[in-house]
Amino acid sequence: MSAVSMTAAVLPPRNRHRAWMKFKRNRVAVLGLAIVLVFALLALLAPLVANHDPLQTSFTTIRKPPSATFWLGTDELGRDIFSRMVYGARASLMAGLVSVFIALVAGVPLGLIAGYFGGWIDSIISRATEALLSIPFLILAIALAAFLGPSLTNAMIAIGVSAAPKFVRLTRGQALSAKKEDYVQSARALGASDLRIIARHVFPNVMPPLIVQATITIATAIIAEASLSFLGLGLQPPSPSWGSMLNTAKNFMSQAPWMSIFPGSAIFLVVLGFNLLGDGLRDALDPRQDK
Amino acid sequence: MFRFTLRRVLVAIPTLILVSMIVFLLQKILPGDPVLTLAGEERDAVVLDYLREKYHLNDPLPVQYGAWGLQVLKGDLGKSLRTEVPVTALIAQKLPVTLQLAAMSMFFALVVGVPMGIVAAVRKGTAVEAGANVVALSGMSIPNFWLGILLIMVVSVQWKLLPASGYVSPFEDFWLSIRTMLMPSLVLSTAIAAYLMRHTRSAMLEALSADYVRTARAKGVPPHRVVLRHALRNALMPIVTLVTLLFGELLAGAVLTEQIFTIPGFGKLVVDAVFTRDYAVVQGVVLCVAVGFIGLNLLADVLYVWVNPRLRHG
Repeated sequence: MSAVSMTAAVLPPRNRHRAWMKFKRNRVAVLGLAIVLVFALLALLAPLVANHDPLQTSFTTIRKPPSATFWLGTDELGRDIFSRMVYGARASLMAGLVSVFIALVAGVPLGLIAGYFGGWIDSIISRATEALLSIPFLILAIALAAFLGPSLTNAMIAIGVSAAPKFVRLTRGQALSAKKEDYVQSARALGASDLRIIARHVFPNVMPPLIVQATITIATAIIAEASLSFLGLGLQPPSPSWGSMLNTAKNFMSQAPWMSIFPGSAIFLVVLGFNLLGDGLRDALDPRQDK
Repeated sequence: MFRFTLRRVLVAIPTLILVSMIVFLLQKILPGDPVLTLAGEERDAVVLDYLREKYHLNDPLPVQYGAWGLQVLKGDLGKSLRTEVPVTALIAQKLPVTLQLAAMSMFFALVVGVPMGIVAAVRKGTAVEAGANVVALSGMSIPNFWLGILLIMVVSVQWKLLPASGYVSPFEDFWLSIRTMLMPSLVLSTAIAAYLMRHTRSAMLEALSADYVRTARAKGVPPHRVVLRHALRNALMPIVTLVTLLFGELLAGAVLTEQIFTIPGFGKLVVDAVFTRDYAVVQGVVLCVAVGFIGLNLLADVLYVWVNPRLRHG
């Protein structure tokens, strides 16, 4: 499900329409959405799109330049780069989505609790968040991935946990300001339970900035996964991932430049797509810009 | 000002303690018995018990943390499990390399990002602004390590202009040192330059719509003077703090850049330690980076108040 339709699900119909109209007018943002959708389709339809087996090695086709048979050339084991990239899109997109999902599941409830209840529980959560935020994102992710052991699942956990503090801080701030609003106060006066107030009144108001942050964090997470795979801490060979493809490609820079050019372009494009989409969503969802 | 600084330092202390706990626990959650690693081939129960006793591994966790914390406060981060070199010595040896890389990257990022942000704000709503935005977003989206590979492929392999890897101390050969660091620091600077551009742009847009700018324009100050003297000086304040904070990002980004260009710095230290399972080094480096980051945050806050005298009596 794309971020746009997610947005549509939480906003009231009139705002939903206005946000969509604003988004549609922003050509750069629509381009971002298109890039993301193309990669998502490639990942979903990988078995149909790939014209070779991504794992099939062959001694006769080692490091062949792009041709009619091998559209983007072959790697050091004679595997088709295009097919590996199509399957690699699965790893990258899954890493981006799953780690952001982990970050949301871990971060949003904590932020809601901290912002809504305040007091000592807020102090504990906020201090811990600050402490985690003081360790740079990538270094924390590398350290966690190293301690957990190299695999795609562990990389996603490491990235998700490292990204969670940002969501705690964002949700806490939003919940804090929503708490003071009249509609929350009146819900409380009517005797609604805390859980109900948080779920029905606070959470929907936290959503728009969370969607923007989540979209941009998917971009960060995809780069982080590629970085971890590049270092050998992500998806393990022979399964294809863009990061690990670049890791082997760097040893053949002068003999087989196509090995580095294509997987890198794919990372760049998909990350750019998510960043453009996130920027567009921010403009479309920001009520301050409405006149 | 002194009281503000003091208060800010005191607030940072609980954060520091929490970070040290997280770093300590990182080592404790790792699977496997550290004693078995230390003992090597030895599996004699007496030896294992002796090692456990020696490293206080039988004590309850809080006691272990206390002992470790005291050691750290004395400036002892333990020894590398593999080379027996003190972790502090390793850090002292590698840190200057990464600092040079970070400083050069920050220089490039400032030289590119700030003017681009100014132009984008002045030319608001034109193709220039849209172009600057796309360039900035591309800078944020391009993976560091890939840009590094491409540059090596073109500049070093094809054109043979700059060395592809290695490190030369500026005290040995200044120009060679700059030349070797040129590509790595350019690569590392892309994302930071993009951030700086975007923030300069929004700070400039705000300053340009302020009353004092309208007054300056009304009294006939030439346009370039309005932009550079009146608007920019006010827009630069948030940039100063941002630069301090982004320095921490550079330290993290250096991990991959150093890997690509085989620079023997901080980032390479941590990655090598990760692969040789040298947890003492990983722990020491992460703690050191976090402390540096908290220090930079503190500096950013103090600087912000220092350049905004109005905030001092808030």
